[in-house]
Amino acid sequence: MLNYVLSRLLTFVPTFLGVTLISFAFIRVLPGDPIIVMAGERGVSQERYDQLAAQFGFDRPMYVQFWDYFTGVLQGDLGNSFVTKKPVWDEFFTLFPATLELSLCAMILAIILGLPAGVIAAVNRGKFFDRALMSTALVGYSMPIFWWALLLIIVFSGNLGWTPVSGRIDLLYYFPDPTGFMLIDSLASGQKGAFWSAIRHLILPTIVLGTIPLAVIARQTRSAMLEVLGEDYVRTARAKGMSPGRINSIHALRNALIPVITVIGLSVGTLLAGAILTETIFSWPGIGKWMVDSIFRRDYPVVQGGLLLIAVMVMIVNLTVDMLYGLINPKIRKR
Amino acid sequence: MTDASSTQTASAIGEERPSRLKEFWFYFRENRGAVIGLWIFAIFAFLALFGPWIAPHDATEQFRTNALQPPFWQEGGSTEFLLGTDPLGRDMLSRLIVGARFSFFVGIVVVSVAASGGILIGLLAGFAPKWVDTIIMRIMDIILAFPSLLLALVLVAILGPSLINAMIAIAIVLQPHYVRLTRASVMSERQKDYVTSARVVGAGTLRLMFVTVLPNCLSPIIVQAALSFSTAILDAAALGFLGMGAQPPTPEWGTMLAEAREFILRAWWVVTFPGLAILVTVLAINLLGDGLRDALDPKLKRS
Repeated sequence: MLNYVLSRLLTFVPTFLGVTLISFAFIRVLPGDPIIVMAGERGVSQERYDQLAAQFGFDRPMYVQFWDYFTGVLQGDLGNSFVTKKPVWDEFFTLFPATLELSLCAMILAIILGLPAGVIAAVNRGKFFDRALMSTALVGYSMPIFWWALLLIIVFSGNLGWTPVSGRIDLLYYFPDPTGFMLIDSLASGQKGAFWSAIRHLILPTIVLGTIPLAVIARQTRSAMLEVLGEDYVRTARAKGMSPGRINSIHALRNALIPVITVIGLSVGTLLAGAILTETIFSWPGIGKWMVDSIFRRDYPVVQGGLLLIAVMVMIVNLTVDMLYGLINPKIRKR
Repeated sequence: MTDASSTQTASAIGEERPSRLKEFWFYFRENRGAVIGLWIFAIFAFLALFGPWIAPHDATEQFRTNALQPPFWQEGGSTEFLLGTDPLGRDMLSRLIVGARFSFFVGIVVVSVAASGGILIGLLAGFAPKWVDTIIMRIMDIILAFPSLLLALVLVAILGPSLINAMIAIAIVLQPHYVRLTRASVMSERQKDYVTSARVVGAGTLRLMFVTVLPNCLSPIIVQAALSFSTAILDAAALGFLGMGAQPPTPEWGTMLAEAREFILRAWWVVTFPGLAILVTVLAINLLGDGLRDALDPKLKRS
């Protein structure tokens, strides 16, 4: 097991280097001179330009710049935003809880609806329930979520007036946010109605972001269950006279969960991509919206740093899933 | 390479091919969803090819006096504009019909570029020495570490927002999937006896790669092509929606949605129809992909 962990960790190193190199390269290839962009409308004199270039190190050879950037990254220094002048690292971790909260809620929604849907479909294979559930799942899987978000806004915010259209909480509530998770902070603040307001803001984004993972989990659970239900040990359990409910929940579902867990772990990238669209539409102050805004503002250090942090996060999650998988299934370790 | 062996294989393939196609069609036809998907896809392709000649109006012509007119079945609508008009008074139906060609174009170009590039690199990784293989696969890991839409977004920001650049970005992002898939099938096929015998007969590496092994790796790649066709359409629409894809006044479906956003609470039709067009198209292609997978890959037929 130790060997397996070490070998997986070793492959992490070149990938990390490559991801750093790519995010570093982007800022140098993006059109427009970063210093001119920073100076904005006022323009900049040649003298000041040279001074700034020296300050940011743009006048030095590329490999020196990369080395500086790389050593900075290892020490948690990703540079400062051109717009807010604050460190990229701090900005990322201020906004990250918002994205994490939304993604967690979306994932929970996807799991509590997707798992039972997959199991029900598998058990009723070929019958009405199966077909209805799997058709719905395919529609969800094909959904352009930015359109889905607009539809939900039309119906629930426009016509019914049930949910707000943007933000994380009503403006009339104000309280400190030690955790950054609006649900926890609003509850801890003790203000009447704050928690309810936070929930109402969370509902539509959660549904939008959870739709595709929900469809993927339902489809994956169904096919994993079907596979397991055909195994000999399930037949043995049936022959012993076990009730179908017990077989499905204890024997089948537990074994079917392994591939499902992998899918859940691997959908982190999908979630982050979805967060870009969802947060933009609902003005949700998370890292997805932050990245899109920064790309439009040509805030290069943010684009560079955010890209790197997001990629590293995806890599860490994938690595963890790989290791968990190795832990659950010894066959994988041996390869 | 002896003549005898190549003519023999040729005749063997010649005898086998019609039955293979027939078998494929037999399995494909069993799947009702896939056949429906195929029909919708055929209509979509037809609209993409002949859209401008079918559309009742010019897609960019502005009927200023008829701006934001609802669909014909609602009060205030007229049969002249069946699905209503957008904020600039352009006919929705015409824009949707003409818009089909952009999505179709995106799908075709992205899949051809990503698949041909990915297959080439994958074959190379499968046949090259171990260290080349390792380098290629590490590079693919790096690309896959970025969420696809984010990477495409940054790439388009670098290249400048346009439909062509969006397609290039999406093709780059989708390519690693083909590389992995091709390499994996090459690895398992290479060990089989028919490859060894081809090599013993004297087939060169290029012949082994493209003539002997590649045709036997194609099934999963075809399925992947169908699935990435729909991903490409979705991603291009998402980029258009974010203002980083096709630029107005192009009637691309995602761009149409972006233009309509501020009117969502006043005019439901300007938002509903373009999205519905995307959904139906993507759904049809996914149905088609599922059918292809079931028909081409007997191992998965059970599920």
